Amino acid sequence: MSRMSDRIFGLVVILVALAYIAGALQIQTSFLSDPVGSKTFPVIVASIAVLCGGIMIFRPDAEPDWPEMRTVLSLAVSVVLLVAYSYALKPLGFILPTAIAAGILSYQISPRPAYAAIAGIGLSVGLFALFKMILGLGLVAFPKGLLG
Amino acid sequence: MDILANLQLGFSIAFSPWTLMLAVVGCFIGTIVGALPGLGPSNGVAIMIPLTFSMGLDATASLVLLTAIYYGAMYGGRISSILLNIPGDEPALMTTLDGYPMAKAGRAGDALVISGVASFVGAFLATIGLMLLAPLLSRIAYQFGPAEYFALYVLAFSTLGGISSNNQAKAAIASCFGLMIAMIGLDPNSGMPRLTGGNLHLMDGVDFLVAIVGLFAVSEVFFFIESHGKSGALGITLGKVTIPWAEIWTTRWTMLRSSFLGFIAGVLPGAGASLGSFMTYMMEKGIAGEKGGFGTGVAKGVAAPEAGNNAAAGGALVPMLTLGVPGSGTTAVLLAVLMTLNITPGPTLFSDRPDVVWGLIASLLIANFVLLAMNVPMVKVFVRILQVPPALLMPAVTMISFVGIYSLTGSYFDLILVVAFGVLGYVLRKMDVPTVPVIMGILLGNQMEKQLRDAMVLSEGDWTYLFSSGISVGLIIAAVLGFLAPMFLRRYMTKPQAISD
Repeated sequence: MSRMSDRIFGLVVILVALAYIAGALQIQTSFLSDPVGSKTFPVIVASIAVLCGGIMIFRPDAEPDWPEMRTVLSLAVSVVLLVAYSYALKPLGFILPTAIAAGILSYQISPRPAYAAIAGIGLSVGLFALFKMILGLGLVAFPKGLLG
Repeated sequence: MDILANLQLGFSIAFSPWTLMLAVVGCFIGTIVGALPGLGPSNGVAIMIPLTFSMGLDATASLVLLTAIYYGAMYGGRISSILLNIPGDEPALMTTLDGYPMAKAGRAGDALVISGVASFVGAFLATIGLMLLAPLLSRIAYQFGPAEYFALYVLAFSTLGGISSNNQAKAAIASCFGLMIAMIGLDPNSGMPRLTGGNLHLMDGVDFLVAIVGLFAVSEVFFFIESHGKSGALGITLGKVTIPWAEIWTTRWTMLRSSFLGFIAGVLPGAGASLGSFMTYMMEKGIAGEKGGFGTGVAKGVAAPEAGNNAAAGGALVPMLTLGVPGSGTTAVLLAVLMTLNITPGPTLFSDRPDVVWGLIASLLIANFVLLAMNVPMVKVFVRILQVPPALLMPAVTMISFVGIYSLTGSYFDLILVVAFGVLGYVLRKMDVPTVPVIMGILLGNQMEKQLRDAMVLSEGDWTYLFSSGISVGLIIAAVLGFLAPMFLRRYMTKPQAISD
């Protein structure tokens, strides 16, 4: 069946919105309440989303051109990389994680290993200098204890 | 003369060496950001916000810096539209229609100069319009109660999709997503957590800066990974840049008409800049007729959308400053700036913080002249920027975004949210679901709910109160029409497709 993407997306929207409504109905109310309360507005908005999701299922648009499998894989790698970077930034300092993350991202965009490595290290050091020295942000270059 | 006295106040702030320097620096950075392929005003300003705040500037200074970046990015956006056929954002699409053919015909320099002058005329007239109209509108806005504000928000969301989206259901879904995300956190009335799923990090709600950076900047990086940066090649060389005086003179009426129409489109809440450049291009195409040669690379085809686009950018500041309802994606980002600075836009802004408003307006006037000077004689400097390879640029954008958010919130959880919003933005854009309404929803959601609840408290739960005043009924009718009209108009007003090689 063609035009599956919109139908699947519509279904996902409906499921998310229904879960949201279920969540909204669980909201604890306090003694300080007003005529509308804290449930009404979320429920109204999510109901509109359910309606629109239904419209997407019944009147889907043409299929978008999804990337091929290899690209999806490299997108997934980038997402995992960025999540790992988020966790690493605090314990490992700025320079090392940034060099690795920037290098791999550069490689994903244009697969030239040497260029990517230089771009990663250059960006990491350059941005650190910019942020730390010119803009005066409080960044830590390396993890504590590494340099004594 | 109120306006003159106010302007004097504004210029006394804007002409201080520090503010002046910030305006010039902002214009420069903005033009670079706008010129970079794939970065437009909204994602450009988005990645600059966290950085500006972590530098600890005061309210007026940050506002001047960021609006200068905003105006600069509007100017700079035309460079990548004309030379690379890559619009930095939705409104710039119209500039590619005649700009790119002109560049291919070897007239890139002329196209850049004409569009630069048109940008100046549009932005300059719009700033004047802003000065005249905003105080008037702020006086009307005093009559707005909760019911009227609620109706205004409904209007903003229903016209948001408008002409720029192809499917009203998708635009509405985007708005709902934004509003749904905005509800996460502590309930403003009862102080109880809701919809957090028990996650402590979500108690404060989702920071809109996190959403903006994710949806606008990180999703762009994913698009570059998908295309492997192929779109970044510069195939057009720019020769000596001369100023085509005669040709600029022939477009004078086009520029004036487009500035006027663009400004009006920008003032409409929600509709904004893309409507401005679209309407002006179509209007001029209609006036020129078949002989006009629109689409083949004519000066008027470049001047009209650029004047309209920049005038709309100025016009969009009117509802943003007086009512707190942004008229375009980038003004939504600017609203985020104001909210982070603890400045509440609205009618009281003009009476309580005249230094902010008029300092901003004076800075915009100055920024315009600076930008004209930067963008006509110095345009070759910025063209060099286009040669930065995406494999270097995009990692830099990512890292700057992450560091900005990290130094602002210091939380790894927010960085993960940035990635999540990046993925969401990628999927939404792939599905042709606009991302601007999501941002607007997150920004305005709490206010919208608050106005509804305040209205119901006033009326003791009587729903008809929402339709009890002429203003609110008018706004609701406009909202319904604004939502339905594009469905029928789309048949007659087909959007010109971007030209391909």
